Amino acid sequence: MMAQPAPAAPAAPAAPALKHTPLHALHLEMGARMAPFAGYDMPIQYALGVLKEHLHTRVAAGLFDVSHMGQIVLRPRSGKVADAAQALERVVPVDVLGLRPARQRYAFFTNGSGGIIDDLMIGQCGDHLALIVNASRNAIDERHLRDALSDVCTVEVLEDRALLALQGPAAEAVLARLSLSSAAMRFMDIRSVLIAGASCLVSRSGYTGEDGFEISVPARDVEKLARTLLQDAAVTLIGLGARDSLRTEAGLCLYGSDINESTTPVEAALEWAIQKVRRRGGARAGNFPGADVVLEQIERGAPRCRVGLKPRQRTPVRAGVLLYADACASQSVGVVTSGTFGPSAAGPVAMGYVPRALSAPNTLLFADVRGNRLPVEVMELPFVAHRYKRT
Amino acid sequence: MLKFTQEHEWVRIEGDVATVGITQHAQERLGDLVFVELPEVGKSFAKGALSAVVESVKAASEVYAPIGGEVIAANPAIVADPSLVNSDPMGAGWFFKLKVADPLEVDALMDEADYKALLG
Repeated sequence: MMAQPAPAAPAAPAAPALKHTPLHALHLEMGARMAPFAGYDMPIQYALGVLKEHLHTRVAAGLFDVSHMGQIVLRPRSGKVADAAQALERVVPVDVLGLRPARQRYAFFTNGSGGIIDDLMIGQCGDHLALIVNASRNAIDERHLRDALSDVCTVEVLEDRALLALQGPAAEAVLARLSLSSAAMRFMDIRSVLIAGASCLVSRSGYTGEDGFEISVPARDVEKLARTLLQDAAVTLIGLGARDSLRTEAGLCLYGSDINESTTPVEAALEWAIQKVRRRGGARAGNFPGADVVLEQIERGAPRCRVGLKPRQRTPVRAGVLLYADACASQSVGVVTSGTFGPSAAGPVAMGYVPRALSAPNTLLFADVRGNRLPVEVMELPFVAHRYKRT
Repeated sequence: MLKFTQEHEWVRIEGDVATVGITQHAQERLGDLVFVELPEVGKSFAKGALSAVVESVKAASEVYAPIGGEVIAANPAIVADPSLVNSDPMGAGWFFKLKVADPLEVDALMDEADYKALLG
């Protein structure tokens, strides 16, 4: 047994050295089980374990080290942030120009066929734009931005900054003890704040479905800030294992699993992030890579779409499992891209791609798990309601 | 008589009945279990055949038959409450009972001292 979670084997000698975040020593001190993720040696779980870490985040506050994620600053050569915003619209199908100062927005880079190169957050920071991108795509994104925007912006990848996420219903009260102005922010606000003496860029956002904050902090200050936050009884460190089950329950995409260069934003059910102004008939319609495909799909629908999948039985239905229209069909109609046991949903939860004709809620499909066809129902996402602080 | 496998299973032999479960070390590595699938009574296995599946939030893991034989009992308590495997892996968290097909396969299993040495 233990085919998958076997004790970590010694790294092969030829493997490139894993990078460390500035909190690596703290993770080891806190008893983390580490594993490679996107080129970094990252904490998968701590002594509490994935299940309890997940539940803790939903009732109190979880602290996540997400310093592996890329932080990129776009600075307009003209000094006018609108120029950077307009330039960024060349590579993302969202309304960047309309993003007000101190606000943040979800976006994605598209390729020429409408596929997703990466998903990201864009923050409007007054005189520049602050981007957060996936660790696994950081180098690709940087090249893409330099190629597309260098005439208008400088592109700087911040190497000396860490990123913490503080997530859960207690996050606001915890941060209020250190920074009243952070606690006063609303969902998708972003601003520079001094926390425990460190110059931070704080946004009210995250990737768990809970209220919370992401805190970009100088690498030299992050350990002190993390230890300060952990002094609060409501806060505990949470690993990537629970981060994955939390985001899956929240119906959020993981790049490389649920979205990639061959899935379009419409197929991925992310068209909500494409504002009217960039759609057909909008003032700045199109003019991004793959616009023909993406805008056509917005109007006519995509051939397949990402849906929530609720297994009727207790068996977890995981990524890679094939979906069938009936219990004995020989041809699969879709595939699961994320699946786990949802501790807060108290049962298995999954997402995957199915043909549009089979994407209506309550549609019954069958998942092939170890040779058994298990009934799953198409379900609206998320599985656990978002609790963002919108007002 | 208590025996062990390199795959972190324990096998308790009483007469010609072998009770099978996973060890303390195994449950610690797996973490909190949320799902257990056991074989049906009456099914026969060869040694090394896939006999059960355990899942944590993070992953599914397979349990292979430590010896061959026919399943004469499966533990419904761990299906209803997989956390029993974590809290009492050597007792209430047992998986299934086999009727021993070949005593030579029992003799080939590790004894407790060897298993402890394996854990280091």
